[in-house]
Amino acid sequence: MLHTINKSPFGNSSFETSARFLQPGDPVLFIEDGVYAVQANNKFSAALNEILKNNPVYALGPDLNARGIAEITAGVKSIEYEGFVELVEEHQVNSWL
Amino acid sequence: MEEIESESCDDEIVKKIMHVMRAAPHGTIYTYEGLEMILIMAAYDQDISVAFIDDGVYALKKGQNTEGIEMKGFAKTFGALDGYDVEKLYVDQISLEERGLTEDDLVVDVEILSSAEIGKLMTEQDVVVHH
Repeated sequence: MLHTINKSPFGNSSFETSARFLQPGDPVLFIEDGVYAVQANNKFSAALNEILKNNPVYALGPDLNARGIAEITAGVKSIEYEGFVELVEEHQVNSWL
Repeated sequence: MEEIESESCDDEIVKKIMHVMRAAPHGTIYTYEGLEMILIMAAYDQDISVAFIDDGVYALKKGQNTEGIEMKGFAKTFGALDGYDVEKLYVDQISLEERGLTEDDLVVDVEILSSAEIGKLMTEQDVVVHH
């Protein structure tokens, strides 16, 4: 199951809450304001590293670029829209709001 | 009449749909709209479950009296969902505990599960809808 998160973790609990519900191996994709979660060295880096132990983590490149986020937490993969589509093709989607 | 009904049921596609309630009930319209969506889907005999997570658990709190804020109270409607064959109500244990609530504080019988258990149920759905 693909989990997408589209809200900044600083203003919404989706990121922290969804982490409890992830099954091992479930991919997590940050889009829109959700990508603020993966900026390197922010307060969510440790939580993200915990998730990275069991789950692949992606962030949508165009959304990172739009927000000037150049350095992202190690292990998080930046993907393009094509990669987004591939993930959606492969998995059921759980769109956290 | 009965035969016609059962025949039409055979042709229908029944999907497993989980609704996730994550917002408190009166500050936004999300929970109420979610409830309406549940009732509509239930009318189409879908396999519905509802998970209450984060502030979503407040929707089930006993003793809500919305008269003073002139809003419709709908906690009782959640209590009546079994009348629409929506019987799978799951509450996230951590969300409940974080808010100092227990099962006794809720208006309806629910199944209290760990986040991991609800997460597993999510993976078994055809559709998961967040409200």
